[in-house]
Amino acid sequence: MKKKGVDFLLLLAAGAAVFLLIAGLAWIGVIGEFYLQLISTAGIYIIVSLSLNLITGFTGQLALGHAGFMSIGAYTAAIFVMRLGVPLLPSVLLGGAMSALFGYLIGFPTLRLRGDYLAITTLGFGEIIRVVLNNLEGITGGSAGLKSIPGFSDTGDVMLDAIIKFAWIFVFFAVTVAVISNLVRSSPGRTIVSVREDEIASTSMGNDVARYKMLSFTVSALFAGIGGGLYSALFNYLNPSNFNFLYSVNFVVIAVLGGLGSITGTVLGGLIFTFAQEWLRVLKDFRLVVFGLLLILLMLFWQKGIMGSKELSITRILRRILGLGGKKE
Amino acid sequence: MDLLLFLQQLLNGISLGSVYALVAIGYTMVYGIVKLINFAHGDILMIGAYCGYYAFTWAQGTASPGLAIAFAFALAMGISALTGVVVEKTCYRPLRNAPRINALITAIGVSIVLENGARVLPFMGPNPRQVRIPEALTGVLQFSGLTISKVQVLTLATSIALMLVLTLFVQYTRTGKAMRAVSHDQQAALLMGISVDRIVSITFAVGAALGGAGGVLFAMNFPMIDPYMGIMPGLKAFVAAVFGGIGSIPGAMLGGLVMGVAETLTKGFISTKLADAVSFGILIVILLVRPAGILGKATREKV
Amino acid sequence: MFKKGLILALVLAFVATLLPACAASSNEIAIGTIMPISGPVSAYGTQARDASQMAVDEINAKGGVLGKKLVLYVEDDENSPEKTVNAFNKLVTEKKIVALVGGLTSPCTLSIVGEAQKRKIVLVTPSSTNDTVTDAGDYIFRSCYNDSFQGRVMAKFAGENLSAKTAAIIFDNNNDYSKGLKDSFTAAFTAAGGTVVATESYATGDKDFAAQLTKIAAASPDVLFVPDYYNTVSLIAKQARSAGIEVPMLGADGWDEIANNAGDEVLDCYYSNHYSPDADDAEVKAFVAAFKAKYNVEPNALAALAYDATYMIADALKAAGSTDPEKFKAAMAATDKKFVTGQISFAAGTKHDPVKSAVILKLIAGDAADKPKVTYDATVNP
Repeated sequence: MKKKGVDFLLLLAAGAAVFLLIAGLAWIGVIGEFYLQLISTAGIYIIVSLSLNLITGFTGQLALGHAGFMSIGAYTAAIFVMRLGVPLLPSVLLGGAMSALFGYLIGFPTLRLRGDYLAITTLGFGEIIRVVLNNLEGITGGSAGLKSIPGFSDTGDVMLDAIIKFAWIFVFFAVTVAVISNLVRSSPGRTIVSVREDEIASTSMGNDVARYKMLSFTVSALFAGIGGGLYSALFNYLNPSNFNFLYSVNFVVIAVLGGLGSITGTVLGGLIFTFAQEWLRVLKDFRLVVFGLLLILLMLFWQKGIMGSKELSITRILRRILGLGGKKE
Repeated sequence: MDLLLFLQQLLNGISLGSVYALVAIGYTMVYGIVKLINFAHGDILMIGAYCGYYAFTWAQGTASPGLAIAFAFALAMGISALTGVVVEKTCYRPLRNAPRINALITAIGVSIVLENGARVLPFMGPNPRQVRIPEALTGVLQFSGLTISKVQVLTLATSIALMLVLTLFVQYTRTGKAMRAVSHDQQAALLMGISVDRIVSITFAVGAALGGAGGVLFAMNFPMIDPYMGIMPGLKAFVAAVFGGIGSIPGAMLGGLVMGVAETLTKGFISTKLADAVSFGILIVILLVRPAGILGKATREKV
Repeated sequence: MFKKGLILALVLAFVATLLPACAASSNEIAIGTIMPISGPVSAYGTQARDASQMAVDEINAKGGVLGKKLVLYVEDDENSPEKTVNAFNKLVTEKKIVALVGGLTSPCTLSIVGEAQKRKIVLVTPSSTNDTVTDAGDYIFRSCYNDSFQGRVMAKFAGENLSAKTAAIIFDNNNDYSKGLKDSFTAAFTAAGGTVVATESYATGDKDFAAQLTKIAAASPDVLFVPDYYNTVSLIAKQARSAGIEVPMLGADGWDEIANNAGDEVLDCYYSNHYSPDADDAEVKAFVAAFKAKYNVEPNALAALAYDATYMIADALKAAGSTDPEKFKAAMAATDKKFVTGQISFAAGTKHDPVKSAVILKLIAGDAADKPKVTYDATVNP
């Protein structure tokens, strides 16, 4: 118990230190506003990719419609903020809840089936959502999109605004990491992982496999929706065409690159992916070819990605640095 | 409802559906044998369309239109089959014993490479190309108020002929029987002395050849080709394959026709805005009601 | 070990990108352009970029602006609103631009107008015709007319020049450009006493229009309005002809380039555009000749509009005498000059949509078979 308490404090301190470091560097002008925005974007990508990793990496079910869940969260949050005047925080959470509801409804028929049906149903679902968002013109603005969505803050100082954006996203990022890493270590989480390892064996152990898949998928949709809600406030503009199939594939790539079943891997994957997109701009049209090749090569030769299903234990590193003498678990 | 208008739309739907059916067969054959949703199959359609386009443009000047079209089909089917086999050997075979999710992600990667590779290849390029339909195939035939274009006639005739040949091939040739055996039980087939690797390659080749033919027909019906043209028909053909019962060849044919008709009738009589949503809605309903599809057999995994 | 090295290298690379870029030097004025250089509409984006660059080069050759050189910074938005937002942030914070030419499509432009207004960056879009683009505030301008103007032009042309009593429309329901034109055409055509007998839609990327065209053929309209981009239009036109629709088809500026991308099926069709490259006009002639000499292709309407937008910015900077946002913006609003795409001025106290006229172009049989060409037909000013 005592060790856990220390670990918790260590993690909290590490999180605060990272936040203060980046925010501080931005405040004194070392990190430009553009790069801070890029880090915030990466934060949202990481939140959504973590949610995807829960269902794909930990539960072993490929989902290809996370852009769809993200768009539900984004539109719900934006509509609550703009049309109903609800504050941003409850709106983002409502966006997550709405997305989770859809996740439950979609998962219900498909997760009872074994095999790749989830992949294709979520893909189809993503497409349907796009069609629906395009047609609900009165509410969503249709194909012209929803513009001038209020941001996180409006202080008049652009740098301060950028730091506040980053703060919001960082807090949600920390909460997502905490919830998902605790979930997969809990008893239901162990069952979820057993579904990935061997569905039949897990069933014969008396586990209600479909129920645990549902749990994982609903939580996954929840965080994808929250990511979407934050997206709407970060970019201040939504358009259905943004949330297409290729956008969903981005999150698959991040999760695979970092390592399916690794939370710290996804975080690294998300950062690398976002910045690589900027670096790879020099490739122009070749960028997507390289992107596809990378995906194939990863799968053929480096299936485990950066981290495999291992975690980079931050507490262990900190303990070693601080000389607290943490032993190998 | 105007009966004539309904029949006209039905005819349009059957013509579209026969192309979906050809493409759906490729999905279903591959899935039946290696249990892989080959996401790149829609892009094989695109490759077939481009090959047909180049072959026809080249042959047009030197041969009669009939010969030129036959050449276009032959080249498109040949190159598509080759692409299918190469992709199988390099990308899917090493993963045959890996978790299925890995092969699935690889398939998405192959699809992205094929689409964007086509965009950056100097002789293909990102801009859509107009397909010039040969003189002999433009124009329409009239039957007591119904209009059918000559291209639609060719589409129906070609796809029916190809499906017949495929059925005969799968039912009566040694290779066809071996395919069915591998699909039924890969281990047992291996023990019976069937070369599974060879059969899997042949399956990819046949499936891709049909996809390529579908691409040529698609390009003739909708005479504009671009690198992304395969995505939507690919997805819809996949839904058709699931609808008919994935793994079942007659199921794919039926599913393709139903998808084509459903899509056209939705556009014609319900709402053009929701046509795509209806296609995917059908998929979800099927999974709810009859997960194995209309003609598929529900199988129970034994421990 | 390898893994640790890799992580260390990535962290270092990451930190390296965060270091601030050098600010623009003091003897230049930075302006930016955000265009789709790659992706599906890159054919438009590259021409617009080239035209802006040509304008900047010309201005610099004549001594620049306010004694300084103009520098054009280009960003690619890949036609994605998300990428546009990031590109805009980069231009504003890293390159310190004072004005922006862009974006190209309305969704991309709409994603940054709020931010441009807030940061007091003069934004001139050459081609985003969506009516609501200029709602964001007084720093937002355009060098083109808007959708409702274009729809009215075509409706007037159909009623008066073609004496059409009935019209049918087929439009892209996922594209706000197409939808906006559909709405304004319908309103103007009905107001002038005509009837819209069929309105059918499709989704972006659709190839099969048989169902919709069968319905339109059954309604037998006098004209068919097809407000979309040229590549979809040529597909619709072919299928319309084989569905037995022989009436003229009408379109808008998205048809630009159609002559190079369609065959006989578009003969005797009309579309509205921003300028006609073969017009007998000094500004047009000079621009077309210079563009052809530099890039070896005939400039499309977007190139002309981007060229005009760049000149509008340079002229206003000169008139304002400084890059002070308030003075610069006021000088922009006072623009009243003849440009390549015609006389441009902004009515006082309104949104910054230019007051201009549209040209109607007609597709006629060209020199080779199945190769139509474009000819000037009329100028409409509703």
